[in-house]
Amino acid sequence: MNNEDDMNQSSEAELADQGYSAAGEVGLLKARRTVSENIWRGLKSAPPSAIFGMAVISIYILIAIFARLLAPHGEAEIFPMSYAPWGGEFLFGTDQLGRDVLSRLIYGAQNTVGIAFVTTMLAFLIGGSLGIAAAINNNSWVDNLLSRSVDVLMAIPSLIFALILLSMFGATTINLILIIAVLDSTRVFRIARAVSLNVVVMDYVEAAKLRGEGLSWIMRREILPNIMPPLVAEFGLRFCFVFLTIAALSFLGVGIQPPTADWGSMVRETAGLIQFAEYDLTAAMTPMLPAAAIALLTVAVNFVVDWFLHKSSGLKDEQ
Amino acid sequence: MHPVIRTILQRLGLGLVTLFVVSLILFSSMEFLPGDFGEAILGQSALPETVAAFRKELGLDLPMHERYLDWLRGMLTGDMGNSFSGRASSGNDRSRAVTELIAPRLQNTLFLAAMAAIISVPLALFLGITAALYRNSIYDRMVNAMTLTTISFPEFFVAYLLILFLSSFTHLFPSLANIGSDVTFWERVYLSFLPALTLTLVIIAHMMRMTRAAIINLMATPYIEMAELKGLPKSEVILRHALPNAWAPIVTVIAFNLAYLVVGVVVVEVVFVYPGVGQLMVDAVTTRDVPVVQGCAMIFAATYILLNLFADIISIITNPRLLHPR
Repeated sequence: MNNEDDMNQSSEAELADQGYSAAGEVGLLKARRTVSENIWRGLKSAPPSAIFGMAVISIYILIAIFARLLAPHGEAEIFPMSYAPWGGEFLFGTDQLGRDVLSRLIYGAQNTVGIAFVTTMLAFLIGGSLGIAAAINNNSWVDNLLSRSVDVLMAIPSLIFALILLSMFGATTINLILIIAVLDSTRVFRIARAVSLNVVVMDYVEAAKLRGEGLSWIMRREILPNIMPPLVAEFGLRFCFVFLTIAALSFLGVGIQPPTADWGSMVRETAGLIQFAEYDLTAAMTPMLPAAAIALLTVAVNFVVDWFLHKSSGLKDEQ
Repeated sequence: MHPVIRTILQRLGLGLVTLFVVSLILFSSMEFLPGDFGEAILGQSALPETVAAFRKELGLDLPMHERYLDWLRGMLTGDMGNSFSGRASSGNDRSRAVTELIAPRLQNTLFLAAMAAIISVPLALFLGITAALYRNSIYDRMVNAMTLTTISFPEFFVAYLLILFLSSFTHLFPSLANIGSDVTFWERVYLSFLPALTLTLVIIAHMMRMTRAAIINLMATPYIEMAELKGLPKSEVILRHALPNAWAPIVTVIAFNLAYLVVGVVVVEVVFVYPGVGQLMVDAVTTRDVPVVQGCAMIFAATYILLNLFADIISIITNPRLLHPR
């Protein structure tokens, strides 16, 4: 730390020799802390709940990436023993078809979390770009048309809407991703439009327009960097929502289809075991494992988003 | 025109437009069925005449706008068409009317939702008010932590936790709510206790936090400070002075959450095999029984839209800034 201060001072002295320059001044401020130092400073001030949340999320990501290496058996590999007890070759037993529950849990991290992540990204791509575009063309017919149709779409409960659309197009994973992404992009559209409205009135946006920059440049280079913090927090919340919706739909049997390992459908398939809690507690835990995996990730993301919102907006709990 | 009436009329208009759009989407779900769906439903050995008769029953020989008007008229008069299931390739039609399928189940669903509302609303108000009263105490923190946890759990996780502890271990309540037609009222309450409790836990957090926030917001105002300086006991300050002004946001959030019940009920009904509309709809989606999906979705969407409209209107008419414009 001390060393760096010295270095900064010496570079300051050099600058003084060369004469003043605004760019140098800015560069000096920037050089004082690198990005990784800034991130580290932020992390050090994080409350325990946020650190717990980040730890859980990183573990999930690692499991999802290295699922193939971690899983002891294949995703849909069927063994001759259905409903095998815990322990031995199958740590968490096997399900009704004789598939290893532990392996399916690990692959489930890849499938369930991956599909939810892709869906949320798609929702942000659609909703975010339309929202910013609508804010730039504020009060034009495009803006009005988009806003009114979003109003109408949001007035229909999204789970019911998803069920209708799935019955129309058939319940496949691709359809699921597209349907949830479109339904969720309405919420993203609202928030992206609302926060961009405050930015589009700025002089630098006007300057960029006068400079003759295209719509996509203004969206990406002028507005997007300035609305990042609320969008990132919203991404966390929307991810939770999408994740829970997909889990609920899979649980209902109309989401991610077998033999893809997925936590929602795993709960549904082994739910019957819960009746035997008195005789074999571990067997009753089999459907609870994927359900708990879903709950834990949601709680973790919520903790991190809470902290991030608190930090980025200076939002204080009501006192 | 008085601005309040104008805003309410606007909201009513938006509600009607939304219902219209929902009906259009539901109607067009029939259009997206693959071309040979007549054979898919009636079986491959279906006679061409049977398929033709089936298509004629659905009115596929008419132009689209006529079919829509016809379908809409049916929906409004309670005729939602016949289910796809129960049709045989021989032309022997044993399908049941959608209304006939939905009616008894709708009663069950409404019973469950009402029960959840009766438990959760007073409980949420009580917890919210006491948490505001003993703000930052251990009690407040505990209630907050509990509600935050239940809000981020998936419904089926809460449901299975309850089954595990209240049914599998202790045998206090049945884990399956198989409600027949001959159960008495109290048996019905007993059978649907666990599903109602699950729904309660899912919606209580939001209501409780809004109640707490609304009251804490008001506690910072000068007239409450005055009441405190007068030496009134804290409970009286909250119940007689703060609460009347906090009703508007609380009632709004209650109505929004009752609307949410409509959606939450689907998953919970499936977990407990509760014979309600949600379960019927999920089954119909898996078998792509479009008329049944249309009927159930129309009921869910209409209830949701109406409750939200109701919440909107309450928040408008209880807002003094709108009632007495300058």
